Amino acid sequence: MAAGAGRLMFEGFMVNAWEVSGIVAVVAGVVGFFTVLRGSVFAAHAIPNGSFAGAAGAGLVGVSTIFGLGVAAFVGALGIGLLGRRGRHDAVTALMLVMMLATGALFVSLGNQYEPAVYALLFGEVLGVSDNQLWPTLVLGLVCVAAIAALYRPLMLSSALPEVGEARGIGAFRIELAFLGVLALATAMTVPVVGTLLIFSLMIGAPAAARSLTDRPGVAMALSVVLALVVVWSAIAASYETDWPVGFFVGTGSAAVFVAARLWQAGRERFARRRRPRGRQPEGLGSVA
Amino acid sequence: MNEAVLSVEGLGVRIAGRQVLDGIDFAIAPGQFTGLIGSNGAGKTTLFRAILGLQPATDGRILVDGRPRTRRTDSIGYVPQKFLLDPDLPLRGRDLVGLGLDARKLGFAVNRRRKRELVEEMLAAVGAEAFADTRVGRLSGGEQQRILIAHALISGPRLLLADEPLANLDLRSAQEVVALLARVCRERGVAVLISAHEINALLPVMDRIVYLAHGRAAGGTSEEVIRPDVLSRLYGHHVDVIDVHGRVLIVAGAGDDEDLHGCEETVEHALPGEVAP
Repeated sequence: MAAGAGRLMFEGFMVNAWEVSGIVAVVAGVVGFFTVLRGSVFAAHAIPNGSFAGAAGAGLVGVSTIFGLGVAAFVGALGIGLLGRRGRHDAVTALMLVMMLATGALFVSLGNQYEPAVYALLFGEVLGVSDNQLWPTLVLGLVCVAAIAALYRPLMLSSALPEVGEARGIGAFRIELAFLGVLALATAMTVPVVGTLLIFSLMIGAPAAARSLTDRPGVAMALSVVLALVVVWSAIAASYETDWPVGFFVGTGSAAVFVAARLWQAGRERFARRRRPRGRQPEGLGSVA
Repeated sequence: MNEAVLSVEGLGVRIAGRQVLDGIDFAIAPGQFTGLIGSNGAGKTTLFRAILGLQPATDGRILVDGRPRTRRTDSIGYVPQKFLLDPDLPLRGRDLVGLGLDARKLGFAVNRRRKRELVEEMLAAVGAEAFADTRVGRLSGGEQQRILIAHALISGPRLLLADEPLANLDLRSAQEVVALLARVCRERGVAVLISAHEINALLPVMDRIVYLAHGRAAGGTSEEVIRPDVLSRLYGHHVDVIDVHGRVLIVAGAGDDEDLHGCEETVEHALPGEVAP
């Protein structure tokens, strides 16, 4: 029976599931890497969840769901970027999220035939991806990855030392808007496939784990992609075998990968300290004044 | 002064109705080591932000290499005052130094071998080879300072701005950083403008001094500037300059009383920022 299930797992509609979820995992690994580095995790929560309003509104007026999703994602990203221009983003992000969820709830209640579709947006339809969804997902995914590759160094400097970036002509505000734009694009392409909740956990778990495993930025980003792929593919396999929802396995898998990476990091540091005891001078005495 | 790396001419900056800088005039010649001295709140950081083009000038102008400065310039390297490097950031010292070379460029690195050589050379110049492969967020303050200096110098600027690089260092690290800045910049012919609220660590290496108080400045050699008459005019009240075995004390004076007892009292009661032991 196991052999039979193993064969079916790679046939028919399942082929689309593997391919599309693979693309989504690569995008989540790459975009999520900077989401975690920049501390934009809350925005990565708010933009996909808020974009649900756009999908609901699109259903109401009869345009494509993806279009509505994309518009809402960009409006959310722009709102967070512009209103949060001074200082911290969190209050603005929270208000944007609540406002968009409220609008979405209104659209759902006006439409009243929408409940299954809402569920699909939250948890995605990995196992129900059609052939004509494959190409748009691939193209948008490539655009996201190319955008991050192009912005890699300015993003890295402005994430590490925003003030130095500013002094060198890398405007923190412009780079933040550009990044939120990429986040919105990634949202619009991934939400129909894996849903808002799963893209959030995939964008955070794997990259947060990857940065604990290595000190090299390029390697960390590659690991982030690999871990996202491992999480999403093993979740699909586990879901196929058990008939439990994919979302359960993606959510718990992301958290498990993160915890494992942190434990590994702690173990590595303890080992390094024992091997090479290094007296560190006390800091912060101030200049002797 | 056409050949000056930096000339600040009649600079005035007004922020939210407050005149933070007023009629600042000074110039820095190539390779010169200039100390920008002033107590907290004297306007040092504002002056740096104006030179970097991050703070618009209300009056006057700033010339870099004889031309009005542009935001995108490799002529100025910058080491900020307060920085917090996230210990979770997967970025090694050598990666951060490399970003100094090409952070502004989009896309992939073109000449990776050349870049690696330059990074190695810069790491050696600041004595950071030993910890170049540790992630920057885990380094000590002095080690991070060295990495940031290498980051600022790798693009070959003509002027290095260092904002209070000694503020959070213990005495020995501070002396090391000063010696390092003086040596590296002399070797590379880079002019340095370094701000500090404490003058003595810089006295042995400074060619010139710009003393900032209440938004106004006095410039020249330290012999020309660190004098009671000059500083009293700047502060707008009487200031004493006391020389203790080559170290300078600048004391906010209580009056014309010159006897020793009076001086001791003033030292004890002077504001911390205005006493430079």
